[in-house]
Amino acid sequence: MAERVGFFTDSSVCIGCKACEVACKEWNGVPDDGFVFRATSYDNTGQLGADTWRHVAFIEQDGRWLMSSDVCKHCTNAACLDVCPTGALFRTEFDTVVVQPDICNGCGYCVPACPFGVIERRERDGRAWKCTMCYDRLRGGLEPACAKACPTDSIQFGPLDELRERAAARLERLHADGVDEARLYGESPEDGVGGTGAFFLLLDEPEVYGLPPEPVVTTRDLPQMWRWAGGASIALVGAVAACFLGSRR
Amino acid sequence: MAECHPVGFQWVMEARLRGAKVFHIDPRFSRTSAVADRYLPIRAGTDIVLLGALINHVLSNELYFREYVLAYTNAATLVSERFRDTEDLDGLFSGFDPETRRYDPSSWAYEGDEGATTDEMREGGVCHAEAAGSDSYGARGAGASATPPTDPTLRHPRCVLQVLKRHFARYTPEMVAELCGIPPEDFAELAEAITANSGRERTTAWVYSVGWTQHSVGAQYIRAAAILQLLLGNIGRPGGGIMALRGHASIQGSTDIPTLFNLLPGYLAMPHAQRHEGLAHYLETEGADTGYWGHRRSYLVSLLKAWWGDAATEDNDFCFGYLPRLTGDHGHYTTVMGQIDGTVKGYFVIGENPAVGSANGKAQRLGLANLDWLVVRDLTLVETATFWKNGPELETGELRTEDIATEVFFLPAASHVEKEGTFTNTQRLLQWREKALDPPGECRSDLWFYYHLGKRIRQRLGDDEIDRPAKELTWDYPEEGEHREPSAAAVLREINGTGPDGRALSSYRELAPDGSTRCGCWIYCGVYADEVNQAARREPGSRQSWVAPEWGWAWPANRRILYNRASADPDGRPWSARKAYVWWDADRGEWTGHDVPDFDLRKPPDYEPPEGARAEAALAGTDPFIMQSDGKGWLYVPSGLSDGPMPAHYEPHESPVLNTLYGRQANPARRIYDRPENPYNPSGAARFPYVFTTSRLTEHHTAGGMSRTLAYLAELQPELFCEVSPQLAGEVGLVNGGWATIVTSRTAIELRVLVTDRVRPLRVQRQIIHQVVVPYHWGHEGLVTGDVANDLLPVVLDPNVYIQESKAGTCAVLPGRRPRGQALLDLIEEYRHG
Amino acid sequence: MSRGGDSTATVPEADFRSYYGQPVLKPPVWHVPHMPLYLYLGGLSGASSVIAAAARLSGHDRLALAAGVTAFAGAGLGSGFLVAELGRPERFLNMLRVFKVTSPMSVGSWTLAVHGGLTAAGAASAVTGLLPLAGDAAVLAGALTGPVMATYTGVLLADTAVPAWHAARRELPFLFAGSALASAGAVGMLTTPRAEAGPARAAAALGAVMETAAAAVIERRLGLEGEPYQRGKAGLLMKASRALTLAGGLLATVAGRSRTLTAASGLAITAGVLCTRFGMLEAGKASALDPKYTVVPQRERAAGRRLAVVPDQENGSHTP
Ligand SMILES: Nc1nc2c(c(=O)[nH]1)N[C@H]1C(S)=C(S)[C@@H](COP(=O)(O)OP(=O)(O)OC[C@H]3O[C@@H](n4cnc5c(=O)[nH]c(N)nc54)[C@H](O)[C@@H]3O)O[C@H]1N2
Ligand SMILES: Nc1nc2c(c(=O)[nH]1)N[C@H]1C(S)=C(S)[C@@H](COP(=O)(O)OP(=O)(O)OC[C@H]3O[C@@H](n4cnc5c(=O)[nH]c(N)nc54)[C@H](O)[C@@H]3O)O[C@H]1N2
Ligand code: SF4
Ligand code: SF4
Ligand code: SF4
Ligand code: SF4
Ligand code: SF4
Ligand SMILES: [Mo]
Repeated sequence: MAERVGFFTDSSVCIGCKACEVACKEWNGVPDDGFVFRATSYDNTGQLGADTWRHVAFIEQDGRWLMSSDVCKHCTNAACLDVCPTGALFRTEFDTVVVQPDICNGCGYCVPACPFGVIERRERDGRAWKCTMCYDRLRGGLEPACAKACPTDSIQFGPLDELRERAAARLERLHADGVDEARLYGESPEDGVGGTGAFFLLLDEPEVYGLPPEPVVTTRDLPQMWRWAGGASIALVGAVAACFLGSRR
Repeated sequence: MAECHPVGFQWVMEARLRGAKVFHIDPRFSRTSAVADRYLPIRAGTDIVLLGALINHVLSNELYFREYVLAYTNAATLVSERFRDTEDLDGLFSGFDPETRRYDPSSWAYEGDEGATTDEMREGGVCHAEAAGSDSYGARGAGASATPPTDPTLRHPRCVLQVLKRHFARYTPEMVAELCGIPPEDFAELAEAITANSGRERTTAWVYSVGWTQHSVGAQYIRAAAILQLLLGNIGRPGGGIMALRGHASIQGSTDIPTLFNLLPGYLAMPHAQRHEGLAHYLETEGADTGYWGHRRSYLVSLLKAWWGDAATEDNDFCFGYLPRLTGDHGHYTTVMGQIDGTVKGYFVIGENPAVGSANGKAQRLGLANLDWLVVRDLTLVETATFWKNGPELETGELRTEDIATEVFFLPAASHVEKEGTFTNTQRLLQWREKALDPPGECRSDLWFYYHLGKRIRQRLGDDEIDRPAKELTWDYPEEGEHREPSAAAVLREINGTGPDGRALSSYRELAPDGSTRCGCWIYCGVYADEVNQAARREPGSRQSWVAPEWGWAWPANRRILYNRASADPDGRPWSARKAYVWWDADRGEWTGHDVPDFDLRKPPDYEPPEGARAEAALAGTDPFIMQSDGKGWLYVPSGLSDGPMPAHYEPHESPVLNTLYGRQANPARRIYDRPENPYNPSGAARFPYVFTTSRLTEHHTAGGMSRTLAYLAELQPELFCEVSPQLAGEVGLVNGGWATIVTSRTAIELRVLVTDRVRPLRVQRQIIHQVVVPYHWGHEGLVTGDVANDLLPVVLDPNVYIQESKAGTCAVLPGRRPRGQALLDLIEEYRHG
Repeated sequence: MSRGGDSTATVPEADFRSYYGQPVLKPPVWHVPHMPLYLYLGGLSGASSVIAAAARLSGHDRLALAAGVTAFAGAGLGSGFLVAELGRPERFLNMLRVFKVTSPMSVGSWTLAVHGGLTAAGAASAVTGLLPLAGDAAVLAGALTGPVMATYTGVLLADTAVPAWHAARRELPFLFAGSALASAGAVGMLTTPRAEAGPARAAAALGAVMETAAAAVIERRLGLEGEPYQRGKAGLLMKASRALTLAGGLLATVAGRSRTLTAASGLAITAGVLCTRFGMLEAGKASALDPKYTVVPQRERAAGRRLAVVPDQENGSHTP
């Protein structure tokens, strides 16, 4: 397996130009998301989904205008991948999480499984879509289209370990400059999804950007759930037995 | 800058990472403000007050870079006794003729120049103002003595520095608060930052774009910045300068090789029918003999040779007579008025969409509807090509399709990725583009169009004398491929120029006045040096010096910073080690450094020009501004501007506020078109209480032909909207996500509403001023459509360059959607008359 | 976030921040009625096969036949709705490309495939009388796949990020087991001669109790995440479900040999468990669509952890 690669998205230098959104669609041939004026600052695509794999959020606050480009987190422990019944979702040699559209059967299970609300089923073709971290480009030795297009290096692509170091240095610098509210999101391997392959530097709480504050990979609890299901199965069999014992002919 | 030049903005972000402090001064809190260190909201149309106050701060606290100012600017030069300032005439400079509303600039001259003025200055004023000649004055270094009288102590009351001091004395922080709405604390912070970051060790840069230019005093905004930067020693030095962020890709290129009516390539003036007799007379009147314009014969003769080749000879003035002549103002808006009046019958619209992009859209469309024929070359069917079936005047009944007799030809054009050629960007850098794919269907490049059009015209020419200019043109580029595409490289090589041996020239210094050299644009000479397309160079930054001279090619002579001799002190030593850029190497007896020196390589710092010297020989070894007749940076402009030798604040033509600086409300020399198609909002009218300003969004491009047609961009900003403060929303009754109608004397348009704290009400003259911010990208064609913001704007122009005032006007705002049809006309009628 | 506008109008009372009140999660995309009906039919089939096996063993042959056919019909119809949900039949085959324990849907698909085969074989044998030994073996094996069919759906829902579902991960299998039992009992009651339907009535009653108890625990234990079950459309469905199931269950105990009461009881229970399935889906969607249910519990968890684990962790910096 090649070295694990990922994104460090530094929202403190994002200028909200949306070049990442457009580059992603151009490269991957993603359809448009409809023409809707949402009146939510400069954001008219709303959120990540089947037809938006990079999404730039605009948050207006007192004297500040936060912008941040969101993307699939390529979780270390990816719920979408775990629950996919067909194996359409798989982990690549770059340690990224990718849907194979020719295998996906549109069961839709990955959709509610993702703790970040990323992957979505496109109703037109009944398949699930999300960021592939430009798998084709990675295989060709190119960096992902969104990172390539980002003029300010808000999206940094590279080996994850290196990015974590860079992020730590950036955070330190911002804290030294008095930007106390700066924080990293998703970079810690100890978090509920084992750390993300795409992590962020944010200037406010994650939920302000539409991110879950403490996401957990649902399959973490799966053994426990199977045990409870086992209990329920036994109860069911027991109950049926009781019914027959109680009402002998 | 983050909004409209996001790729260039990466360097601002980089500078910030290295510790630069970024201020953003703008009426709207944009993406740029979001990442700036400080954002200062300003009332649109008042930057001269702010810049003037900074100048005053620098002058009155003696914070200017004295050595630099003394040696390199005209601070010490004495001004004519006849000059009267706005201080003396309550807002007017001397020489104003209220009849023609134009200035005679002769009283603005340097002492001693008044009597001995060149022809240019004698007759310049009126004729120049008439045909936008004033801007070519500046570019070609208006005539002034190379050695005017000076007072090096800077104490003489008529020396430029003292004149400036008096002129700007009334530009105080209090005035800034009163007119711009910027509180004194914020002003103090800005003033402290720019002065602390100027001098020997540090430099400050100013960056502007159309927020400064699209005003009826636009050119003077830039002049104000130039004065400030010269005073602080920030010109010709790394990290300094005034960065004009330009617009369309290669809009810089289209001023160098101009699409402007008043210029020939390389900023040579277009000959005027009444003013220029022949070549000799033209050369005599158009520019100074000292400084580099002293070589203008070489530039022009080489140009004529490039165009007419062997037909151009010494005996026939090198075909100078073949050049078209100006007869007055042939600018965009005057042409449109001519269409409405029926004097302009045909119209080529190439890569432009005036039905949406130009001020007073209705006048634009009325003009189009009154033509005999119209040719539109564009990528898609833009509004200018479909005004006759989709224009808003059809809805109101002002026009009816069946009554429009204009014959419209739409010719599909190849886009920039479907053809090769150069872009000249904002910092004069030429970059060669390869063709990525073939144009679809019938689309052809503009080069193809003009070349083959020319060929067909030439085929039809007879032996008439009048046909000779077209017949004798050199029109013989190699053709390539199925569609016989002319070679763009061959065109670039022709622009570069060739010597007597037919080889590509390498520098404009090689151009000769005798017809032995050919050159299509003297400032581009060298772009094909050594027969190599220098613009195609792509050496990565990591493999060359920090100045990166091997990436593309910058005019002139691949210089990256103009006037860079000013980066060294008068003795030729760097001002500081940190800011070393170009310096005098005494051992080798030449100028050297990181960049190509913008100076005669072997002219020592102590060079003194001999009596009667011409061209560059007339400039001393300490005169860095080599295009100027006196080699100095001009703090005061003795000639060349049509509205004054120094900037003065005037209110926009339409303003809700009184000009408390002078008894003159608006620029006295501004160009107005007082006609029924172009009614104005009265200044100060209570029914138009809000400041109206237009701007751009990253997501769209200008009139929208290139962005509203693309789904990936259209979805990002799908509807025309206005940005208003919560306070204004409350006052008018607007809701976020709802509709608003904006009304001016021209028309009313409807927009969606974005209520945002980013737009702040300003306290101006003890009242609260609300600003309404509208992006102007929408029209009636494309995937996403909307009303045309420019339909709200009047035509009122800066007198120097004829740019429209689209950044500051007045309006009324109503909640809800606009009325349709006749009801719309009734509403406007009501507002027009109050 | 939004200014002076209406877009925060939908933000609920709880004290939390969000991005324009937009959901953090994607709601389940499963279609109505396909998915709830599949859940119902799968449960029905699973519990019925257990009943069929027990009936076979205890000699309730008519009940065994009815339950066996029901088990087969439930599996068959259920597969139909699953295919309809997926769009094309071959998409179901894709489910069997791999087997993944980490995917309840994979486990469920394989179970459905095996269970469907077993119930089909059992039902075919019972109806035609052919291969009786193999038929019996299939019916008995159905007692192994049946409970999985009835309960895996609880895991299917719980193993998502949907707050109302994931938080109820303990109770959901019991709820689905109870619900399945009730529905199988109800259908058994309706399709078996009343004399032999005693165990079915008992199953209906017991299932109703089990479902109701599990639902009550969910509402009580979950706190904020349990709210979606009580509000809006989901709340109505769940209330209706409770009333119908309990009433049906009670009726089952007294129905005895009354045809009318049996019919009423069977129908009430069927309606009730159907409401449960629709209500579950609605509650899931509602809880995913309102960022409150995602943000507030996660915040509380984070705060709890911070206090417990690293009491001096600075507010605002990264949480472990
Ligand atoms: N994405 C994108 N990029 C573009 C273009 C585009 O349409 N879209 N257009 C290109 C072209 S043709 C051009 S010319 C450039 C223009 O680039 P910019 O000049 O940056 O464009 P604008 O948004 O029109 O105006 C800039 C700012 O000026 C502010 N402003 C208005 N009035 C005043 C004033 O009186 N004083 C001050 N200080 N500021 C004022 C506006 O609020 C606005 O934020 O962009 C080029 N780049
Ligand atoms: N209210 C208001 N009005 C403004 C401004 C403002 O700030 N506010 N800004 C002004 C400014 S700075 C500008 S530059 C103008 C822009 O206004 P316009 O120039 O009128 O508008 P554009 O949409 O840029 O038009 C350019 C057209 O060229 C086409 N095109 C692109 N490439 C090619 C090509 O290679 N060949 C040909 N033939 N066509 C091509 C595009 O499809 C497009 O339709 O708007 C001005 N108007
Ligand atoms: S963010 Fe969601 S879609 Fe992306 S890898 Fe993680 S679980 Fe899968
Ligand atoms: S929708 Fe496709 S990718 Fe998602 S879980 Fe189902 S098969 Fe896998
Ligand atoms: S990595 Fe590729 S697929 Fe993913 S968001 Fe970026 S451009 Fe799109
Ligand atoms: S391209 Fe970079 S700067 Fe632009 S919106 Fe995306 S992340 Fe931000
Ligand atoms: S559109 Fe082109 S010219 Fe404009 S910023 Fe982007 S890359 Fe630069
Ligand atoms: Mo422009």
